[in-house]
Amino acid sequence: MNSASCAAKISTQPFSLNPTSPTSHDNPLVFPKPTSLFLGSTRKIRLSSSSKLNLHRRSGTVVAVSDVVKQKKSKSTPSLLITKEEGLELFEDMILGRAFEDMCAQMYYRGKMFGFVHLYNGQEAVSTGFIKLLKQQDSVVSTYRDHVHALSKGVPARAVMSELFGKTTGCCRGQGGSMHMFSREHNLLGGFAFIGEGIPVATGAAFTSKYKREILKEADCDHVTLAFFGDGTCNNGQFFECLNMAALWKLPIVFVVENNLWAIGMSHLRATSDPQIYKKGPAFGMPGIHVDGMDVLKVREVAKEAIGRARRGEGPTLVECETYRFRGHSLADPDELRDPAEKAYYAARDPITALKKYLIENSLASEADLKAIDRKIDEVVEDAVEFADESPVPSRSQLLENVFADPKGFGIGPDGRYRCEDPKFTEGTAHV
Amino acid sequence: MAAIFQGVGAAAALSSSPSNSFDSKKFVFSPCRSFSVRKGASFAVVRSDGRVNLNPKGRRAQQLISNAVATKSDSAAASSSSKPGHELLLFEALQEGLEEEMERDPRVCVMGEDVGHYGGSYKVTKGLAKKFGDLRVLDTPIAENSFTGMGIGAAMTGLRPVVEGMNMGFLLLAFNQISNNCGMLHYTSGGQFTIPIVIRGPGGVGRQLGAEHSQRLESYFQSIPGIQMVACSTPYNAKGLMKAAIRSENPVIFFEHVLLYNLKERIPDEDYICNLEEAEMVRPGEHVTILTYSRMRYHVMQAAKTLVNKGYDPEVIDIRSLKPFDLYTIGNSVKKTHRVLIVEECMRTGGIGASLIAAITENFNDYLDASIMCLSSQDVPTPYAGTLEEVTVVQPAQIVTAVEQLCQ
Repeated sequence: MNSASCAAKISTQPFSLNPTSPTSHDNPLVFPKPTSLFLGSTRKIRLSSSSKLNLHRRSGTVVAVSDVVKQKKSKSTPSLLITKEEGLELFEDMILGRAFEDMCAQMYYRGKMFGFVHLYNGQEAVSTGFIKLLKQQDSVVSTYRDHVHALSKGVPARAVMSELFGKTTGCCRGQGGSMHMFSREHNLLGGFAFIGEGIPVATGAAFTSKYKREILKEADCDHVTLAFFGDGTCNNGQFFECLNMAALWKLPIVFVVENNLWAIGMSHLRATSDPQIYKKGPAFGMPGIHVDGMDVLKVREVAKEAIGRARRGEGPTLVECETYRFRGHSLADPDELRDPAEKAYYAARDPITALKKYLIENSLASEADLKAIDRKIDEVVEDAVEFADESPVPSRSQLLENVFADPKGFGIGPDGRYRCEDPKFTEGTAHV
Repeated sequence: MAAIFQGVGAAAALSSSPSNSFDSKKFVFSPCRSFSVRKGASFAVVRSDGRVNLNPKGRRAQQLISNAVATKSDSAAASSSSKPGHELLLFEALQEGLEEEMERDPRVCVMGEDVGHYGGSYKVTKGLAKKFGDLRVLDTPIAENSFTGMGIGAAMTGLRPVVEGMNMGFLLLAFNQISNNCGMLHYTSGGQFTIPIVIRGPGGVGRQLGAEHSQRLESYFQSIPGIQMVACSTPYNAKGLMKAAIRSENPVIFFEHVLLYNLKERIPDEDYICNLEEAEMVRPGEHVTILTYSRMRYHVMQAAKTLVNKGYDPEVIDIRSLKPFDLYTIGNSVKKTHRVLIVEECMRTGGIGASLIAAITENFNDYLDASIMCLSSQDVPTPYAGTLEEVTVVQPAQIVTAVEQLCQ
């Protein structure tokens, strides 16, 4: 697809959608032919319904390419997708993600954190929609855009903020940083800087789950692994290799593609021969689903199916979430390439606004409830910053710790003793 | 690169009889050292002293190998225990080690191409799939980076995988995972996750396998922080190191050599491991320290035969642990002989020898009477032609010449 012509067409097309309307758009030309504001192929015209902000409909919002995931028929009386508690939980999680990332930006520009920081603003529905369905023993593997995945999985905001500040109280003792969030307790297996390199790790975690069930005879082990990655990763070899292995051995894993259309400055369309990522699932023998990633309830419905499949031992699923990042790729990205119209379009589909609307319109929560959550989260984030500020920086002695699980790996020194037996060794005063 | 030395006149001056082969004039510049003349020293039969150190924390596992290139005629008291032991080939020793560890710990599993039904391209995993099943001995698709990463993910979540690269060279495809995840994850996670993985495979220059199947990856991997590297060379240390590597909490890269799989040796029946961080004293000596590993050990021992006949007394150490170096064994030897020759199969540039030279110079410079000499493979892609391949790696004649030059 010629992206230049796409861009040209975008700028001249009138915008036919009314972003403030809560009900379904009567104008089917949300994606004007032959190009769409999604910048994806128009071959998925069927999926135009997924862009609607109508959150009442259970059906027609999720389209699977394979037969395995059945289409849900909408009931005559639309029932609610969530309870009040669930709704508030989802809302709080998304607000936490948003507020935390906004605070990260502030702190970065104030010089409290450095390096590459990749923020998740706009994609909260994917993290919340999926991770809130998991148990603690389920695993999550992410990429460098991992702060919100960590928060959703249960890593305390204090630990994440400290890690970003490079303090010893960080979840990785300050040794990982923004792109390497790990938590053994919450089974967050990283945080990877190179795209695609986390997917095999996720596949391995899923393999362990299957191994535990079948070899170690832990019959109730039904732990599921979620692998989050972006559209750029879907052109990488490790992605395809792991789709193959996961489907081959029916591993309990869900591959979640956060397709935000951009890999730094590379548009997904310019990089991919067939931009419909969900179609790549059935090529490997697993269902491929496309879902509106700006709608947390739709994501949650799909996630339930996919995670349920994995738990029952039916194998992996590929879920493509159409989403968008409101900020640049990282805090160093001037974000000049993306069309302001595209940004405005997705800003209008802010997942937090959408959920808020749903909750209020369905009387699941009042404005006051939601404002209370806002304030609570503000406090949590402020507290996290304070905690991180006051935490100590790592001392020199921490440098050589954790290089090896068994420090005998540093070897035997000239005096015949293991280097690690020297009490001064990890302080770095001994010769390394 | 392999140093080609011209015949040294001094060597010719030596008599060939071993008992009075030492001309003290050669060592006149170091009067304070005493050296013993090895009377009637015949090459290569070094009796084991019968002690086995099974304590992994023990420093000096005094394992003396009964013969460097094990042949039936030479096997004297090879076993180090009261039991007679059993004889097997090196690949069988690896298999035995693997099998015993898999029996001992159900979390140990194997992954790799053709490890299951095919039994491994060098038969190291033969029979294991039948015994332990297809999931524990997993035949993977041809996707090194991904199945190595899968092994790492499995290791992080509680298993103890042994990942096989069908040929070590294929692990180049897994470099992303080995460097970033295998080596670094324990650190970047602040110590939360351990990666008790063993990555093994055959490497080295074989018989006309061509450039890409003749690679020595130890030099590429040695800089990766967080991993250990060992190279086995005899059935005894193959089994012992394999078991130690599997039991280790650190990620270990285990180098085997394509040409050593059919070495035969008698090994003990009982359970034993070899310390991952220790070097092995192959032949004690007085005149020169020869540091080597893997296949080159045998070239060195072959050269040692000639050297002994010429009146030299080389001390041969198989360093075994490529990362970290056993500076105790190496240091003691340097302090004794004051001359060091390194014989290795990897390339000269950035190889194990280069690192060894740096380590020895930094730690034992005062004890050296001569510059360290390093014989490595030529910095060329290994040619197919047999004649060219032969001169790519270090041959015994070159080792002899090098020692003669060093001991001038």
